[in-house]
Amino acid sequence: MTTEAHVQHPNYVKIWAILVGLLIVSVLGSMSHIREVVLIAAFGVALVKAYLVAKNFMHVNVEKRWVSYLLIICLLFIAILFAGVAPDVMKHGGLHWTKNPVDQSAQPGVGAAPKNE
Amino acid sequence: MSTEVQHAEPGIFRKYLWSTDHKVIAMQYLFTGMAMALIGAFFAYVFRMQLGFPNQNVPGYGIVTPARYNALVTMHGSIMIFWVAMPVLIAAFGNFLIPLMVGCDDMAFPRINRLSYQIFLLSALVLLSSFLVKGGPFGGAWTAYPPLSASGAYNLTPIGATLWLLAVALEFVAFLLGGINFTVTAMNSRAPGMKMYDIPILIWMIILANIVFMASAGPLIAGAVMLLFDQTISTGFFDPTRGGDPLLWQHLFWFFGHPEVYVVLLPAMGIVAEIIAVFARKKIFGYKTVLYTTWAVGFLSFVVWAHHQFVAGVDPRMANIFSITTLLISVPVTEMVFLYIATLYGGSIHLDTPMLWALAFIAEFMIGGVTGIFLGSSGTDIYLHDTYFLVAHFHYTFVPIAIIAVFAGLTFWFPKMFGRMLNETLGKIHFWGTVIPFNVIFIPLFITGMAGDQRRIYNYAQFAEQSRPALQHLRTTSTIALLVMLSFQLVFLFNFFWSLRNGKTAGANPWRSTTLEWTVPSPPPHGNFAEMPTVYRGPYEYGLPGRADDFLPQNVPD
Amino acid sequence: MSASAKPIANTRSVTGIPTARLITWWVIASEIVIFGGLLASYIMHRIAHPEWAESASHTLTWAGAVNTFVLLTSSLCAVLAHKAADAHDGPKAAKLLRLTSLGGLIFLCIKGYEWTLDIREGFVISSGGFWSFYYTLAGLHGLHVLAGMIIMLVVAADAAKNEELQRVECIGLYWHFVDIVWIFLFPLLYIAR
Repeated sequence: MTTEAHVQHPNYVKIWAILVGLLIVSVLGSMSHIREVVLIAAFGVALVKAYLVAKNFMHVNVEKRWVSYLLIICLLFIAILFAGVAPDVMKHGGLHWTKNPVDQSAQPGVGAAPKNE
Repeated sequence: MSTEVQHAEPGIFRKYLWSTDHKVIAMQYLFTGMAMALIGAFFAYVFRMQLGFPNQNVPGYGIVTPARYNALVTMHGSIMIFWVAMPVLIAAFGNFLIPLMVGCDDMAFPRINRLSYQIFLLSALVLLSSFLVKGGPFGGAWTAYPPLSASGAYNLTPIGATLWLLAVALEFVAFLLGGINFTVTAMNSRAPGMKMYDIPILIWMIILANIVFMASAGPLIAGAVMLLFDQTISTGFFDPTRGGDPLLWQHLFWFFGHPEVYVVLLPAMGIVAEIIAVFARKKIFGYKTVLYTTWAVGFLSFVVWAHHQFVAGVDPRMANIFSITTLLISVPVTEMVFLYIATLYGGSIHLDTPMLWALAFIAEFMIGGVTGIFLGSSGTDIYLHDTYFLVAHFHYTFVPIAIIAVFAGLTFWFPKMFGRMLNETLGKIHFWGTVIPFNVIFIPLFITGMAGDQRRIYNYAQFAEQSRPALQHLRTTSTIALLVMLSFQLVFLFNFFWSLRNGKTAGANPWRSTTLEWTVPSPPPHGNFAEMPTVYRGPYEYGLPGRADDFLPQNVPD
Repeated sequence: MSASAKPIANTRSVTGIPTARLITWWVIASEIVIFGGLLASYIMHRIAHPEWAESASHTLTWAGAVNTFVLLTSSLCAVLAHKAADAHDGPKAAKLLRLTSLGGLIFLCIKGYEWTLDIREGFVISSGGFWSFYYTLAGLHGLHVLAGMIIMLVVAADAAKNEELQRVECIGLYWHFVDIVWIFLFPLLYIAR
C-alpha cells in the first residue's frame, strides 16, 4: 500500500534551525539569576518547541480534528490527576492543619516486623 | 469482494497455538480466563471456609494461617479482576465479536492481536509462578498499598510481591495492545453502510471500555515502575522517611482503579443490551441516549477515584468534591438501567437462559448500585469503609459483571462460537443454582458489615473489639451458600463441555437476531464472510409492522 | 507473512485515516498518560521538596543540551524520511530512517556517559528523591528511544525495498512524540533548579 501524501511538506530544515535556536535561548536563559527568566527560558521555550514539532513534524493541524481532541483530552486527564493528588502530595499544610514530617525516632508497635533499613 | 485465503490447511500448531485468527485468539482468552476463574474461586472457597469455620482444617487446602489468608484474598481479587473479568469480557467477547459484528474478516492487525494474547498468557504464568516461590504469592491486597507492598519485611512475600507487580504490568501491556487494535478495527474496518449509530451497542461499549482503560492505566504503569524500584533497588518513592509519599501510590492506583470498574462494567452492559433486544423482540429504547450516557459515565469515571480514600488521610476538601462527583455518576448509570427496563416494557419476552441471566444482571446490579450511595458519601463511608458492607457492595456489582453477564454472553453466543446449542434445562438449573446462593452469600455480609465486621481479618477471635460471636451464624451461612453456588458451577461445566460435542447442531441464527454475526455459519469459517456484507440499517430492527418476520437483519437490502 | 496476506480489515478506512496511522495516534495517546503520570508525580514532589534543588544542581546541563540537539536533529531526519516516502523514494526514506536511528544511538551513548559521570560522583538511583525520579524518568524515556530505534530499523528494511512505505510516517510520529517528551524532560531535570 503506498502513501497518498496527505500533507504539504514545509521547509523542514528551517523549522529545525528555529528549534535549535530556541534550545540555545533556553540554555542561555537558564544561566540567568532572575527566577522568572529561568522559568520562561525553560518551560516557555519547551512549550513553543513542542508546538512546533507537533505542528510541523507531526502535522497534527492537518490531521482530522478529533485526533487533536483525543491528545488534548489525555493531557486533560493528567491535569485532573494533578489537581486531585497535589493537595495531598504537594502541599504540606492547609488552613487549619499541617503535615508534620515523619518522626524518624518512632518505634514500631508491639509484635510488628522489624523496620526495613 | 470475496475473501481468498491462499494457504494450505495449517497444522495443529498454526491453527490453535500460533493463529492470528481473531476467533481462535478469542477462544484462547476465554479458556485461559475460565481456568483462572477456577483458581480464583478455589481461593474464595478457602478463605470463606476460614471465616465460616475459623481455624479448622480446610478440605483440599489445610490450615489457613494469617499470612496465607492475606495471600488468598490478594490473589482472589487480583485474579478475578485482571485474569478473569478483563480477558473474558473484553478480550474474548471483543475478539470474537468485533470483526463479525462490524462486518470484516479479522482485526486490523492480526499479528498484534496474537502478540497481545501471548503477553497476556505470560502475565498469567508469571502470576502462577508466584505460588511456587519462597514466601508464596503476594499478600499485600490487590490494592498493594506501600509501605506494606514495598517492603518484604512487612508483607512477608518479597518475591511474590515483585512477581505480582510484573504480572499486572504485563497484563496491562497486553490489554493496551489488544485494546488499541480493537478500537482501530471498530473505527476503520466497518462494513460499507455501517454508520456510527448503526454499530451494535456491545461494540460501542467494548471500544469505550478500551479507551477508558487506555487513558487510566498510564499513571498506574508509572506508579508500578516506582513501586517496583522501591521493592527491589531501595528507592523511596513511597517512603515518607526518604521524601516519598505513600498517598501518591493510592492516588495513582485509584486513578486507574475506579475507571477500571467501568472498564469491566461497560462490556457487561453491552452484552445485556444485545440479549434483551433479541429476547424482548424489541429495539433498544433510546440507542443514542444509551450512547451519550455511556460517554458521560466514561468521562465521570475519571473524577471520582478518591472515594476509595475517604479515610486514608486525604485533604478533607477533596473528600467533599469526590462525594459530589461520585453521587453524580450514579445518574447516568441509573439512566442506562432505566433505558434497559424501558426496552423490556411492552416487549415480547422470551425467558430463555440468556435472557434470565440478562434480567438477573439488571436486578442484582441495581442492588450493588444503591448500596454504593452509602459508600460514596464521605460521612457514612467513615463508618462503612473496609467493612463487609463494602465487600458486599462490590460483589453485588462485580459478580453481575464478571459472572452473570459472562454467563449471559456465553449462553447466548455459544451456538455461534461452537456450532452447537447448550442444553436449556441444565442452563436454567445452573442459573437458579447460581443466582439464589449468590444473594444468600452476600446479604448476610451487608448485615455483618453494618455491625462493624472489618475486611481482611483472618479471624475475629484474635481481636477482642472485633469479635462478635453472635454474628458467626451469618458468616457461616455465607460460607455454606458459597459452597452451594460453587457446586452448581459443575452443572455449567458439564453442560459446556458436553454440548461442545453432543449439543444439538446450531444453525446460523438460532435466536433470530438482526446483527451481522448471525448471518454467517456457526461456527464462522476463516475469513468470516464469503461475501463481505453491506449494511442498510441499524442493529435492532425488531417488530416491524407489515412484515412476515418480526426481525430485519442489518445486511438485507430494503 | 507477506504483505499480500493483509486482512480486508486492515485496508478499510471508514475514518479517512489509514489504519497504520490511526493505531499510531492511539499508541501516542496512551503514552501521553504514562509519561504524564510519571511527570505529574515528579512535579508534585519537586514542588513539595525545595531542598531537591541542591541535588538537581548536579545534573550535567551540557549533556542534556547536546542530547536535545541530537534528538531534534534525528527528528528532522525522520520527517525528511516521511517526505521521501511520500515521493515513493523508499531507499532514500530508509537511509534517513537509519540516520534517525543513529541519532537515537548517539543519544543513548551520551546518556550512558553522562550517567557514568553521575554515578562516579555517588549519585545513584537510591541516592534520594530527586535522583530516583531523575533516573526513572530518563530511563523510561531511554527505553522508548531504544524501542523506537529498533522498530525504525525494521521499517527501514522494508522501505528500502519500497515496501510498506506508509509505516515511515507512523514510526516518525512515534519518534517525534519521544522527542517532545524529552523537550519537557530537559528543562524539568536539567534547567529548573
